[in-house]
Amino acid sequence: MNIVKIDFAGRLITLVTLAIAIVWAFPLYWAIITTLKPEFEVVQPGINLLPKTWTLESYAHVLTTTKIGRWYLNSVVVSVVVTILVVMMGALCGYALSQLRFRGRTVLWFTVLASFMVPIQALIVTHFVLMSQLGLINTWLGIILPQLIVPVVVIVYKQFFDSVPKDFREAARVDGAGEFDIFLRIFLPMNWGVTTALAIITFIGAWNSFLWPFLVSTSEDTMTITVGITQVKDNFGVQYARNLAAAVLAAMPVAIAYLIFQRRVTQAIMLSAGIKG
Amino acid sequence: MHTKSRDNWVAAAFVAPFVIAYLVLFLYPTVRMIFLTFTDAPLIGTGGWVGFKNYLRLFNDKAYINAFWNTGYFVLLTVIPNTLLGLVFAMMVNRQKGYVQSLILAAFFLPYILPVSVVFRIWEWIMDYQFGIAQYALDAFYGERVAVFRNKAWAMPMIAFVTIWWTIGFNVLLFIAGLRNISQDMYDASALDGANRWKQFRFITWPLIWPVTALVLTIQLILQLKIFDQLYLLTLGGNVNNTMVLVQYIYKQAFQLNKGGYGATVAFSLFMIIVVVSVLQYQVLRAKPR
Repeated sequence: MNIVKIDFAGRLITLVTLAIAIVWAFPLYWAIITTLKPEFEVVQPGINLLPKTWTLESYAHVLTTTKIGRWYLNSVVVSVVVTILVVMMGALCGYALSQLRFRGRTVLWFTVLASFMVPIQALIVTHFVLMSQLGLINTWLGIILPQLIVPVVVIVYKQFFDSVPKDFREAARVDGAGEFDIFLRIFLPMNWGVTTALAIITFIGAWNSFLWPFLVSTSEDTMTITVGITQVKDNFGVQYARNLAAAVLAAMPVAIAYLIFQRRVTQAIMLSAGIKG
Repeated sequence: MHTKSRDNWVAAAFVAPFVIAYLVLFLYPTVRMIFLTFTDAPLIGTGGWVGFKNYLRLFNDKAYINAFWNTGYFVLLTVIPNTLLGLVFAMMVNRQKGYVQSLILAAFFLPYILPVSVVFRIWEWIMDYQFGIAQYALDAFYGERVAVFRNKAWAMPMIAFVTIWWTIGFNVLLFIAGLRNISQDMYDASALDGANRWKQFRFITWPLIWPVTALVLTIQLILQLKIFDQLYLLTLGGNVNNTMVLVQYIYKQAFQLNKGGYGATVAFSLFMIIVVVSVLQYQVLRAKPR
């Protein structure tokens, strides 16, 4: 009998899987380990998977000689404001589309759906013209405004509000609650999970966005961190470890947000792709 | 009865923030872009009406045509590999259990949440001509070191590879969700009938996962047509014309050469390409449920 038949193919696949996963994660490991070496060691020939001398010198250098603190502040302000506004506008509009009957509702809904397709990158020219007319080049507001158009948030909220049972709304109406009360006290609290997921993914997106902040902030003082670490050069000496240390610092908030909210991030990604889960 | 008009006002209050933002930051810029394509305006300031001259210029502009084909080449290098590899990785993750599964998934997914600048720093370092760790491998297997992002033949495939490394986590997640929706019973039943792994994949997994595959392909295609960030950063300092793509050409015309009107025309062409491609792809993929 073949009770002890060993699944060799299965084991082989598992081994290959592990090998690929290690290869995939290696660049991250290599980047982090490089930041912990002194610069002279970084450029020594040979592959040293661990530093011979552990040091935080590159971090100290980045923190003391660049405007990284300022870029951090810019990124935090921009990402937090974008997140709050996008989620708030999306929830309100999604609620109206899902629960209220009003003139222009169908038109609005199809406009939202259609705008899904339009590439925001194609609008960089006119966004720049608009922001410069408003005097917003090199300002927080100038970085924030063009990032506010996220129709998918409206779509996701509408779907979720659609599935809230009708009874809740009718009962509240009988009690004399206004639409705003119903929205704030019933629909929003019932969908906190969605709100959290959307907020986290919007935050990560805003923190990571590059093209627009890169175009609209030309002064070192208004750059977000994703732009700052690529635009400002140290003019002397080898700086591999320093560049990577700046990169690690830039990635820290999103990495931490992801590690804390893993499930929500996963959920949000499904939602943004149109898979309700 | 005033209820009707009152309802309209309440609704207006709810949709106002989004609608206002939408009109000012989306519709107006879109209309303005189309208007700009008929002028010779600089980036900031007004220009004269030139009719269809900008459009005619597109067809004779070698640099534009080059950017068009480069974008197509990049799409070719990324869309299908990123989708199929995403499916393969998802199946690999899906057969593992417990913390091993979480660890492997994390390895594939973590790069996806990184900002593009970080991805750029990591790969710039790994591929560094003098000190990059990958150069040892190139030395050993290819025979010589290559400044990969500066080299015409190497740059695009390498940037495509970096893009896949960076973004595959998204596809893997979608495929895992899809795989979990396929009932285990079907595999068990087919195993009783003596179906091997390949047959199970060919006749169960592939057809049942197809809707997800189609979705991922669509998302990928539209996304990769808009390639700019990682390509721009990784090729900084090299000959940009080797790898010039459409969004980069908008940037070059409008922001570096101060040709707002022509830049807008390039932007509008990208806009139209994306609309046409999405409609076509929707038709093709819908018709193929295999």
